[in-house]
Amino acid sequence: MSFFGVDCVKKNERELERKLCANDREYNLSFKYATNAIKTSKYNPFTFLPLNLFEQFQRIANAYFLFLLVLQVIPQISSLSWFTTVVPLVLVLTVTAAKDATDDINRHRSDNQVNNRKVQVLIDRKLRSEKWMDVQVGDIIKLENNQFVTADLLLLSSSEPLNLVYIETAELDGETNLKVRQALTVTGDLGEDSEKLADFNGEVRCEPPNNRLDRFTGTLTYAGQKYSLDNEKILLRGCTLRNTEWCFGLVLFGGPESKLMQNCGKSTFKRTSIDRLMNVLVLCIFGFLAFMCTILAIGNCFWELNEGSQFMVFLPRQDGNNAAFSAFLTFWSYVIILNTVVPISLYVSVEIIRLGNSFYIDWDRKMYYSRNDTPAEARTTTLNEELGQIKYFLSGDVYDYTGQRLDLSEHTETVDFSFNPLADPRFMFYDHALVEAVKLENPEVHAFFRLLALCHTVMAEEKKEGELFYQAQSPDEGALVTAARNFGFVFRSRTPDSVSIVEMGQQRSYELLALLDFNNVRKRMSVIVRSPEGKLSLYCKGADTIIYERLHQSCNKLMDVTTEHLNEFAGEGLRTLALAYKDLDEEYFNQWKQRHHEASIVLDDRESKLDELYEEIEKDLLLLGATAIEDKLQDGVPQTIEQLSKADIKIWVLTGDKQETAENIGYSCNLLREEMNEVFIVSGHSPDDVRQELRNALTSMKPVEDSVLLPERTLGKGVKVLTDEVVNGEYGLVINGHSLAYALEHSMELEFLRMACMCKAVICCRVTPLQKAQVVELVKKYKQAVTLAIGDGANDVSMIKAAHIGVGISGQEGMQAVLSSDYSFAQFRFLQRLLLVHGRWSYLRMCKFLRYFFYKNFTFTFVHFWYAFFCGFSAQTVYDEWFITLYNLVYTALPVLGMSLFDQDVNDVWSFQHPQLYVPGQLNLYFSKKAFFKCALHSCYSSLVLFFIPYAAMHDTVRDDGKDVADYQSFALLTQTCLLFAVTIQLGLEMSYWTAVNTFFVLGSLAMYFAVTFTMYSNGMFLTLPSAFSFIGTARNSLNQPNIWLTVLLTSILCILPVVTYRFLFIQLCPTINDKVMFKVRRAKATPAPQPRRTRIGRTSTRRSGYAFSHAQGYGDLVTSGRFLRRPALSRSSGFAQVGRTTTIFSPMGRSAGYSPTGRPQNAKVQDVEVTSLQMYRTITNPAL
Amino acid sequence: MGKGKGKSGPLARRPDNSAFKQQRLPAWSPMLTANTVLPFFYFMALICMLLGVWLLLTVQSTQEVKMDYTEAGTCDKCFEKRKNASNAAQTCSCTVGFNIKKALKGDVFFYYGLQNFHQNLRRYMDSRDDAQMVGKKRNLKNPSSYCKPFNMDQKGLPIAPCGAVANSIFNDSFTLHYLGSGGPVQVPLLRKGITWYTDKNVKYRNPTTENMTLVQVFNGTARPLYWQKPVYELDLLDSTNNGFINDDLIVWMREAAFPNFKKLYGVLYRANKPFTNGLPAGNYSIDISYNFPVQYFQGRKEVVLTTLTWFGGQNHFLPVAYLVTSCLILLIAVVLTVAWYKFGKNRKSMDE
Repeated sequence: MSFFGVDCVKKNERELERKLCANDREYNLSFKYATNAIKTSKYNPFTFLPLNLFEQFQRIANAYFLFLLVLQVIPQISSLSWFTTVVPLVLVLTVTAAKDATDDINRHRSDNQVNNRKVQVLIDRKLRSEKWMDVQVGDIIKLENNQFVTADLLLLSSSEPLNLVYIETAELDGETNLKVRQALTVTGDLGEDSEKLADFNGEVRCEPPNNRLDRFTGTLTYAGQKYSLDNEKILLRGCTLRNTEWCFGLVLFGGPESKLMQNCGKSTFKRTSIDRLMNVLVLCIFGFLAFMCTILAIGNCFWELNEGSQFMVFLPRQDGNNAAFSAFLTFWSYVIILNTVVPISLYVSVEIIRLGNSFYIDWDRKMYYSRNDTPAEARTTTLNEELGQIKYFLSGDVYDYTGQRLDLSEHTETVDFSFNPLADPRFMFYDHALVEAVKLENPEVHAFFRLLALCHTVMAEEKKEGELFYQAQSPDEGALVTAARNFGFVFRSRTPDSVSIVEMGQQRSYELLALLDFNNVRKRMSVIVRSPEGKLSLYCKGADTIIYERLHQSCNKLMDVTTEHLNEFAGEGLRTLALAYKDLDEEYFNQWKQRHHEASIVLDDRESKLDELYEEIEKDLLLLGATAIEDKLQDGVPQTIEQLSKADIKIWVLTGDKQETAENIGYSCNLLREEMNEVFIVSGHSPDDVRQELRNALTSMKPVEDSVLLPERTLGKGVKVLTDEVVNGEYGLVINGHSLAYALEHSMELEFLRMACMCKAVICCRVTPLQKAQVVELVKKYKQAVTLAIGDGANDVSMIKAAHIGVGISGQEGMQAVLSSDYSFAQFRFLQRLLLVHGRWSYLRMCKFLRYFFYKNFTFTFVHFWYAFFCGFSAQTVYDEWFITLYNLVYTALPVLGMSLFDQDVNDVWSFQHPQLYVPGQLNLYFSKKAFFKCALHSCYSSLVLFFIPYAAMHDTVRDDGKDVADYQSFALLTQTCLLFAVTIQLGLEMSYWTAVNTFFVLGSLAMYFAVTFTMYSNGMFLTLPSAFSFIGTARNSLNQPNIWLTVLLTSILCILPVVTYRFLFIQLCPTINDKVMFKVRRAKATPAPQPRRTRIGRTSTRRSGYAFSHAQGYGDLVTSGRFLRRPALSRSSGFAQVGRTTTIFSPMGRSAGYSPTGRPQNAKVQDVEVTSLQMYRTITNPAL
Repeated sequence: MGKGKGKSGPLARRPDNSAFKQQRLPAWSPMLTANTVLPFFYFMALICMLLGVWLLLTVQSTQEVKMDYTEAGTCDKCFEKRKNASNAAQTCSCTVGFNIKKALKGDVFFYYGLQNFHQNLRRYMDSRDDAQMVGKKRNLKNPSSYCKPFNMDQKGLPIAPCGAVANSIFNDSFTLHYLGSGGPVQVPLLRKGITWYTDKNVKYRNPTTENMTLVQVFNGTARPLYWQKPVYELDLLDSTNNGFINDDLIVWMREAAFPNFKKLYGVLYRANKPFTNGLPAGNYSIDISYNFPVQYFQGRKEVVLTTLTWFGGQNHFLPVAYLVTSCLILLIAVVLTVAWYKFGKNRKSMDE
C-alpha cells in the first residue's frame, strides 16, 4: 500500500487542480490521470526475488546476519565457517519468502477480481460492458442497484425523483446507514438517454486526489454555465448503490487516486506487546554482545602484548599486525562467534508458533457455530499471545448480539400457524391457549393484537404476494408485529396516513390520524386511528410504570393480575411492555387535533407544549395486557461477561443505543449489577456539567483523596501512563455520547479515564463510530494495557481497527466488522474461549518459548565467553562448527516447538473454572524484562557449570588406555553433549504437558544429535571433505569413556539443581494461581464435570422497562412524513455534516438509520419522497473490495 | 483446512473432532510436588555420594610421578643454550635423576607435558591441512592457504606437513634408566600404539604411488622450518611409523584444549624383569635430548609417569565434585523438607 502512497504523494506535488471533460477521452488522457485499475500486490514474478530480499534485509536480524556473512568472508576475522551463518539465514529467508509469495498471490487474485468486475460505460454513444480497470477519468458510467461504485464519480442523473440516489458507505467509513446524494438539476435532466449523455460535454475542475472522504470542491462548466460541486454530488468508490434503480456518473478519480484507495495506506500493522518488548530486548542484546566482544577484544590485546608476542616463534603474526590491530580483528571474530545471542531463528520460530496457535483457533469445535456453519477464524496470525493479555475489553453494541428469536412466553409445544397463510414460518410460539383465544374471537385478545399490528413504526415490504418483510428499528418491535401477524393480525402496508392490516383474513385499512412517537422521556408510543367502521381509537404501548399511571380506575383489578405477571416476567429477565387503548370521542379529537396543530407551529417551547397535549390525550386508558420479550441475548452473553470480569478484564460497552436500552442491557447481561455500590450516570450537556458529574463520581468513590490530582507516572518522552487505582466496592458508569464528546476533550480526558478505570463496568451509549475509536485510543494512550474491541456492525469497524485486537462477530449485520477484524466468530460467548483458553495458552506458550529460547541460546553462547580466557582470546569456538550450525535448527528446534504448540498448564475446563488464571497475562508476568534478566542470569550460571565442570574434569585426564582425551576435539564434543543434555532437561522441566509428540521430539532430538554426530565424525565424511569434517573419530573415541558420561551426569545435575529447588520452594511458600489450580487438578485427578449451565441469571430486583421499542424516534416522523407532529429531517444535513465531527454536535448513529430525531430544518425536496419507497432495509453486502 | 473443502452439507465447515485439533491429546502433566521432589533429592544425594566414594577410591589407587625438567639437573645449560635461537641446530643432551618411592604397579604410561603452550589458539589450530595429511596428492604439493606462513619454504617448495601445528612439534626425546642394584637398566618403552586407532588408520595417511618409496613420494617437498629431519625420516626402521603416520606426529597433531597439557610418549614394556609388574621403586634417571625451546613463552616442560584405571589417570576433580554435589543436594533436600513441613504440608497456601 505504501507503494501507492509514495506514488500519490509525487503526483500530488504535480497536480494542483484536476481538469477533465466528459466524454472526451483524448483530452483527459493528456493529463495522464490514473486509470481505474488498482494494484495492491507488491511483486511480480521478476521483481519478487530482488524486492522481497531487499525487504527482508530491512529486518534488523536479517541484515545483521548478512553483515556477519560479510565478516566471515574476511579470512583474518572469520572464526567460523561460512555455513554456520548461511544455512540458518537461507532457511529463514526461504520460509519468509514463501509466506510473502502466498500473500502476494492472494492479493493479485483479489486485485484481478476487482479489476475485472464489469460496469456499463458509455462509449461511442452506446453503453458497453467494460472491465473496471478499463474505465478512465472522464467516462460516463451507469450503475445499477446494489452495485459497487466503480470509481469516484460525479453523479449526473438517477432513476429516483429529484435525482436522488441512496448509497451505503460502510466500506468507506463503517456506517451502514443509507445516505443520499443528489445530482445537479441540469445534469439530472439528461436522464437515461444515452444520446443526451453522450452529448454531455461538461468540463469539471476540481481538487487533486486526496483522502478526505467528507469534502469535495469543484466546479462544473456546462453549456456556458458554471455550477459548484460539493460532496453531495459525489459518489465515492467503495460505496454501494441502494434503493436506486440506476444512476449515471462521470468518473473523476480512478483506481489508486480514488478516495478509498488514498485512505487504504493508513491501515496500520498491528504488533503485539511481546513484539515490542522483543525489539527492545534485541537491542539490549546487541548492546550486550558489543560489551562482551569489547571485553574479549581488550583481553586479546593484553594477551597479545604479554604472551602472544612471545608465542610468535610458533605462530607468527601476519605482517605488520600489532596487538591493537589483533584486538580489533578479535572483536569482529567474537561478534561472529557470539552471534547466537541474537536469535535469528527466534523470529521464524515465533511465526511458526503463532501460526500453529491460530490454526487451533480455526480448528476449535467449541467455537464453531453450527446454525450458520461458521467456524471461528483467526484472520491475523500474528497477535495470538496478546489474546492472553487483554486488560480492557471494549464491546460494541451488546444489543447486537441479541438473537432475533423472541418469545412472548415460554411453554413447550410449537404452535401450528397453518391457519394463517401470512404467518412468518420462522416464528416460534408455545402457548396454545392464546391461539385458541384468538380463534374464539375474544374481543380483548383481538384488541390486544390489533394494537400490536397498528401501534408501531415498522415498515413492511411485500416483494411477492404473501411474502412480507418487516423493517423494524428494533428487533423487539419487529418481533411484536410479527407476533401479531402470526396470530392473524397481519400488518401489511402503510402510507403516511393509513395502516393496512389483515385481521383474521379480512383486509382492513385504518386511517392513521396521529402518531405520538416514542422518546425516552415519554417511554411510550401511541397511535390514533380511525377504524374502517369510523370508530376513533387510541392505542398505546409503553413501559408498564408509565402506562399504569395513565390507566382508568376501572382496570384496577386487571392491573393487579398484570402486575403479578409483569413481576414474574421481569424476574425472568424479560423485557416488558404494557398495552392499553381507549376509544376517542370524535368531537374531542377534532378539538385536540386543532390544538395540536397550533402547538406544532409555535416557535418557542414547542416540545413541552406538545408533550402536554400528548399527556392530555393519553389518559384514562384501558389496560389490554402486557407483553414480555425475552431479552434474547445470544447464548451465554451474561456468563461470558461474568467470566471476563472475573478474569479482571475491564469491560466497556460502547453502543449506539439509547441510554435506557444500554443500561437495561447492562443489567441483563450482568455488566451492571444490583449489588454494585453505585452506578454513575453522566449525561451532562455542557463541559462544566460533565466535569462536575465526573468529579462527584470520583469523590464518592474515593472520598479521602484530592480528586483533582491525577496519579500518573511519566514514561519517557513525556508519555503519561495512568496507573491503576484501587477503590472500595464496585461501581458502574454510564455515560452518553453527548457527555462523552466533552469527556474526550483534551482537558478532561484524563479525568474521565481515571474515573472510568475505577469502575468495574463502563457503558457509553449513543456514541458515534468515531467516538468509539477515540475511546479506544484514549485507553491505549494512557493505559499501558492491551485492548480488545469486539463488534459486529459496520459502526464498530473504527473501534476494531483502533484496538490492539479487533474481534468481529460474523452474523447478522454484514461482514464489515469481520473483514476489518483480527479474529472472528459467530457467537459472542466464544469470546471467553478465545481469551481464557486460546489467548491464555498462546501467551503461556509464547512466553515459555521465549524464556526457554533465550536460555538455551545464552547458555550456548556464554560458554564461548568463558573459553576465551583459556584460549588466549583468540576467538576459538568451544564447539564443533557443525554443532553450532545445527544446534538451533536441528537439535533444539523441535522440542521447543513441540512445547510451544502443545503445552497447557491446565485444560480448557479448568481454565474456565478459574478465570483468575488469566490475570498473570495482563500483568506481563510470564515474560518481561525482569523475566528476561532472570533467564540471562540462569544462563550465566548454566554456562559456568557447563564450561568449568568439563574443564576441570578433562584438563589433566587421559583415556583408560592412556591415550589423549583432553584434546580440543574431545573437549568440544564433551561440552556440546553436556550442553545438549542440560538444555533438554531444562526443557523437560519447563514442559507441563507431555504428549506423545513432545516425548518423541525430545528423545528424537537427542537421538538425532547422536546420529548426526556419529555421521559427521565418520570416516566417510572425513575422506570426502577432510577440512570440513576434521572431527573424525572423536565421538567413537571419547563417548566410550566412563568419565565423559560421569561429567555429563554431573553437569546435568548441577544445572537442574537450582531450578528445581527454586521452583519447589516457590510452590511451597508462595504458590502462584497456576500452581494452585494445577495442584487442584492433581487432587481432583479426573477433570470435573463441565460447569452446569446456568439457565438464566435471575435479576434480583424487579427492574423492568418499556424500552422494547424503537431506540430512536426518527421513524415515527418518517412514517407520518411531515403531515403533522414533526417534520421529517432526512439525514442530508445531519448524516454528513455531523458524523465524525463530534465535539459540539452529537448525532445519533446506528439504529436511527440516518434520520435525525432533532427536527432539523426541513428539506423541501425530501417531502415528495414516498415514504414506502424508502425501503430502509439493509442487505448483507459482499464487500469484496 | 484443505480437507474440509471437500465436504458439503450443513456442517461443511465444521472442524474435525480430532484430539490434536481440539488440543485434547493425552498427556502427562508432571508437577513438582513434595512426593516427587524430596525423594528424588535424597536419592540423588545418595547416588552422588556413592559415585563420589567409588571414584575417589578408584583414583586413589592410581599413582603418578611428575617431574619438571625445564631447568632441572643438567638441563639448565641446555635451557640456556636454547635461549639463543642461533643454536637451534645444535644438539644438547642432559640428564635428570629422580626417585620413585613406591613402585608403580601395572601398566605405566610415560607422558611429556607442556605448560603455557597454547595449542588452542584459533590461528594455530587452523594452521594445518588435513587433506595433505590424509595423503591427498594435490594437497601435498599445494598446501592449504590456512598453513601460511608455513606452507612454502624460502625456495618456494611446499612444506609437508605444512602449518604451524606440525612445525612446532615437540622434539625432545627421552631415555629412561632404572638405577637399580644391578646397575643402570634402560627402561623399555613402547613408542607405538600411542595414538587413537582412527587417527593412525583413517585420519593420517601417507601419499602413495605404486612402486615409489616414501622418499620419492615426498620428493619436491620441504621439511617444516623447525624440523631437523624431513617427515619421511621420522622412523627409518618402521615404515608403518614413518611419514604422516608417525605416532609422535599424530599425537602432537591432536591439539590440546588447554594451554597446560600432557601427551603420551610411550608405554612401559613389561615383558622383561624387573618391569613385569611395573616400575619398581628406586632411583631413575632420564636422558633428554633437549631440543624444544620453551623460554620464549615462559613455558615449562615436564615428564609424567602414571598408572591408570578404568577411570583414566589421576584426576581428583570428579570424585571430589561428586562428593561436594552430594553434600549440596543433601543440604538442599533438608532445607526443602523443612520448608515443605512448615509451609506446604498442610496445603494452606494451596487453597485459595
